[in-house]
Amino acid sequence: MHSDRASLGLKIAAVGGLLFLHLPILLIFLYAFTTEDKSYQFPPPGLTTEWFGVAWNREDIWPPLYLSLWVATIATFLAMILGTLVSAAMARASFFGREQISLLIILPIALPGVITGMSLRSAFSIMDIPFSTWTIILGHATFCIVIVYNNAVARFRRLSGGILEASADLGANSFQTFRYVLLPNLGTALLAGGMLAFALSFDEVIVTTFTAGQQSTLPIWMLQELVRPRQRPVTNVVAIVVFTATFVPILIAYYLTRGGSETAGAGK
Amino acid sequence: MTSPTPAILPERGLADRLTALFWRHPRLLLAVLLTPPLLWLGVVYLGSLFALLLQSFYSIDEFSGVVKEEFTLKTYAELFRAQNLDIIIRTLVMSAAVTIGCALIAFPIAYYAARFARGKWKAVFYLGVMLPLWSSYLVKVYAWKLILAKEGIITWAAEGVGLSMILNAILAIPGIGGNSLSTSPLGTFIVFVYVWLPYMILPMQAALERVPTSMLEASADLGASRAQTFRTVILPLAMPGVIAGSIFTFSLTMGDYIIPQIVGTSARFIGLAVYQLQGTAGNIPLAAAFAVVPIVIMLIYLTIAKRKGAFDAL
Repeated sequence: MHSDRASLGLKIAAVGGLLFLHLPILLIFLYAFTTEDKSYQFPPPGLTTEWFGVAWNREDIWPPLYLSLWVATIATFLAMILGTLVSAAMARASFFGREQISLLIILPIALPGVITGMSLRSAFSIMDIPFSTWTIILGHATFCIVIVYNNAVARFRRLSGGILEASADLGANSFQTFRYVLLPNLGTALLAGGMLAFALSFDEVIVTTFTAGQQSTLPIWMLQELVRPRQRPVTNVVAIVVFTATFVPILIAYYLTRGGSETAGAGK
Repeated sequence: MTSPTPAILPERGLADRLTALFWRHPRLLLAVLLTPPLLWLGVVYLGSLFALLLQSFYSIDEFSGVVKEEFTLKTYAELFRAQNLDIIIRTLVMSAAVTIGCALIAFPIAYYAARFARGKWKAVFYLGVMLPLWSSYLVKVYAWKLILAKEGIITWAAEGVGLSMILNAILAIPGIGGNSLSTSPLGTFIVFVYVWLPYMILPMQAALERVPTSMLEASADLGASRAQTFRTVILPLAMPGVIAGSIFTFSLTMGDYIIPQIVGTSARFIGLAVYQLQGTAGNIPLAAAFAVVPIVIMLIYLTIAKRKGAFDAL
């Protein structure tokens, strides 16, 4: 008879796999308090909170942090507009070239980041475009569109077309229907998509290194510290900041869409 | 006596007129919706991909270091030099190994989550996979640098339980070992597997969730043991999910240049070669040609995957 109980071995492998996914991240939190600043010694010889103060007073951390926040905000904003538009078109109609468009939206995230980055770099080089904040935003917005799109298109599909027709029957024009019917229904899905896009952009490093030139976002700052460590405990503190800045939006996105058929985050 | 309200309301302005226009010409609305995103993706993204392709057909003047904007296959021919071929082969071997490693670790998690987890545990497994997927990539890589360091937790734990001998024996194996885990190809492999693991679990779980329970019951009714059911029913039906997951793990490993830079030997991978060639070396044509390699390999991979029906599991 087919039994519906998991074997002990399977349970151990599954739970072990989950622990494997989570324990390494917890270690970062421990290291932020270590008194050892020359190596990655484990266990830490002592615990201290002084590094948070040191990191706070470091002048070179703030500009990258502001740049990252600024880039993520603008890129998310652009991606939300473009992603919503394309999902509205894709959800309702069937037309020639629909498959190709869906491929085009997914491509920036399906191909390795190094290709997206190198492509943009080639284009800037050919067209003699100097690196600026906008070249970073250009890249980020491109791969954030698909995140917003995924969330919005799932909600559009669940939305019955009937309520849009009802709205029209009751005398609302397209803009009123959008404002009073469509937007309230899409709201949480768009917000979730925006949260995920923000998290993705804030943390992005691969495409950014190709489009930033001499500028430094927080992940680039961190990457430089990883390659050539200067003050390891400060990097640990920044790692916690980056982790939190991505973790919180993800949790919000999950709670905004949980229970639906289209829980956010199933695809990155 | 008041006159009856007309059946057709009068227009109230531009918004109404536009609405009527969209109603009569649905294609117009579609065009209005699609134009901005398609312009963006078409110009920024496809334009850039085209620029990449164009650059790869240019070459660099070996003496002046200036890019010569003339069509040539010289740059592609350079890919076949022994040192560049080495980079490509090393990357492919690593990508294949990481894909297999991910599949082995992901399967029990996906299988348990799809078949046995219920209620609260379902949510635990979902968040448990999704959070590491979305949380900061750099922080994850950094965590492993701490773990794998010579003075780190693994060495400490191995000493604690008396397994230092085994750890040293593994590190002594030529080809995968090294001075410490954080400077060995084995370390690079572990970090790759860790970082891309969620990308394998999710499509696998989606495929496994679609296996109908009735089919497993039928298999049992026909006298198959659990092992036989697993091998002849579950595994073949999970295959599209495995292939879909492998697209991600393979493609992501092939393009990554951060992980081999931080954990591992200084041996180069395709991503790192692209990054260094466009940066310090200033050889954008060769960097572009290197970047075309993963595209070609992924196109072949996707064609095969499509034939195996992997896209239904995405």
